[in-house]
Amino acid sequence: MNDAQELDGILAAHHGREGALLPILHDVQAAHGFISEDAVRTIAKALNLTRAEVHGVVSFYHDFREAPELRPVLKLCRAESCQARGVEAMVAALPDNSRVAVETVYCLGLCSVGPAAMVGDTVHGRLDTARLGALVESLA
Amino acid sequence: MTIVRISDDAAALACGADAVAAAFASAGCTVERVSTWGMHWLEPLAEIDGSGFGPLEPADVAAVLAGSSPKAIGQIEQHPFLARQQRFTFARAGRTRPLSLEDYAATGGWAGVKRARELGPEATIAEVTGSGLRGRGGAGFPAGIKWTTVAKAAGPVKYIVCNADEGDSATFADRMVMEGDPFMLIEGMAIAGFAVGAGKGYIYVRSEYPHAITKLQSAIALAVPHIAPFEVEVRVGAGSYVCGEETSLLNSLEGKRGEVRAKPPLPALEGLFGKPTVVNNVLTLAAVPFILANGAQAYADVGFGRSRGTMPIQLAGNIKHGGLYEVGFGITLGELVNEIGGGTATGRPVRAVQVGGPLGAFHPPADFPLPFDYEAFAAADGLIGHAGLTVFDDSADMSAQARFAMSFCAAESCGKCTPCRIGSTRGVELIDRIRARSGRRPGKVEALPQMHNARKAPRKLGDEIELLEDLCETMKFGSLCALGGFTPYPVLSALKHWPEDFGIAVPDQEAAE
Repeated sequence: MNDAQELDGILAAHHGREGALLPILHDVQAAHGFISEDAVRTIAKALNLTRAEVHGVVSFYHDFREAPELRPVLKLCRAESCQARGVEAMVAALPDNSRVAVETVYCLGLCSVGPAAMVGDTVHGRLDTARLGALVESLA
Repeated sequence: MTIVRISDDAAALACGADAVAAAFASAGCTVERVSTWGMHWLEPLAEIDGSGFGPLEPADVAAVLAGSSPKAIGQIEQHPFLARQQRFTFARAGRTRPLSLEDYAATGGWAGVKRARELGPEATIAEVTGSGLRGRGGAGFPAGIKWTTVAKAAGPVKYIVCNADEGDSATFADRMVMEGDPFMLIEGMAIAGFAVGAGKGYIYVRSEYPHAITKLQSAIALAVPHIAPFEVEVRVGAGSYVCGEETSLLNSLEGKRGEVRAKPPLPALEGLFGKPTVVNNVLTLAAVPFILANGAQAYADVGFGRSRGTMPIQLAGNIKHGGLYEVGFGITLGELVNEIGGGTATGRPVRAVQVGGPLGAFHPPADFPLPFDYEAFAAADGLIGHAGLTVFDDSADMSAQARFAMSFCAAESCGKCTPCRIGSTRGVELIDRIRARSGRRPGKVEALPQMHNARKAPRKLGDEIELLEDLCETMKFGSLCALGGFTPYPVLSALKHWPEDFGIAVPDQEAAE
């Protein structure tokens, strides 16, 4: 099945649903890894929106990507509670590893067991410099 | 066969609960995955016949089963952290399997919705009003009044929207409800739907909570026979903090950019898709089944002043005993941080406690006598917010925290109103200059003779501080929503209580004495 057919399938699955744009974008990103310009065009047509409206939504939310991220992604929480546990010093000491994308998130809700990170749906708590470094290395 | 109970809450998983559970299973035990007690520093916590062991690693399992583990904490229910709590919303925490309908019904589940149906819609709202329940999302608006407005609004289509976009740092109570006791939230929404005449409910969950999303979806499928004809659907956010604001949440649910709407119209009258909508926080809706099952008075009997009932307080950051502490309003900040939380995890003195997430004020230890109450915190230039506490030790740099508050606002601003969109960016630049003690000379354009109103003299530190206060004033009163409006709380409180971190000379108190 090619991307276009897959997109048609996603659009059909959400047909008639109220406020369907975000669920559609989530599904497209899950399937393709990002939201391409072609996808924006097709989604806009299916929902009777302008491309600008769909692009506006895609670019508003931090989760949606407009280009693929091919490296493994580690989401590191750098909000206040993890800062209080020293996450900023850990970031400064991170090994230089360009094969892993370390992205900042503001809060994983693991504030009592921080500093915390998430890879896919797997959560990691009580990180320190060594454990975070090992986690990054294990993904590379 | 030994039954071992281990939580599958995300906080426990993050500390390695799955590996410990697997180790017990391979040692021949029956493992039950339950919700968490909320004693997160002890996770992964295993319970065998009421006795607790934690924090465990897989290597500890043999000693636990042999009865020789040094990690035994005795009977969990008698643990001092739990003994003083008043658990209404978290009554099942640690005790039940999250997706077990059997456990839920055996612990009083569905009694609230049953009584609501006996009472009828009007009397149901009267119970909620009588309980004094106030919105737990931060604003503290009386839930009963909001429900009454929606119930009286005309129109056949109404919605219940559960705000589960818990983006504040130091808060995880919503997540614990969704992962640990999802049926209670669903029951609360069904009661709300019955009371105001809404047929459909949405739970808007942030995408950073994948475990909560999975649990809710499974729970909703199981709960259908108990809540029909009411329907509940989970919608997933996309990483935007501002979508926790109710009107931008509604826009996001509608499939738009999460921009804040001007009020009025109130969402209660024109909310989701322009229809009358109840927007309540997870904890507000989760408190409702207790109120209906036990009566308004049972809830209102607990509390302080106009803040009735209990508050699930979340202890986080640099704290020794982090976790969830549900208690009636009125407990002091100092009791929470020192006695219950045990001070900092690093063992150093507490320098600051931020209450209420990224938009809450920083409080110095001098504020520790403050009772936990909406009005008392407002009077002390702070807020309770979603009741998260972030503790910082004496290594914290408060001007850096003030800068972070501004940069967070700049990153998460929806862009609709100018004070928040531009003010936050100017705030970061200003605090950077203050931290560098660089002052500022007029730029090329400002120096032009035509610029009559531009300041010609260089700005010194005192001028910059004054400008920062002025900027905060503009943001506080000129922003559309709490993001821009409350960002000044952490900034100004840091400036007020720790002026030395901003380079302001403090009069030497010892010399004065």
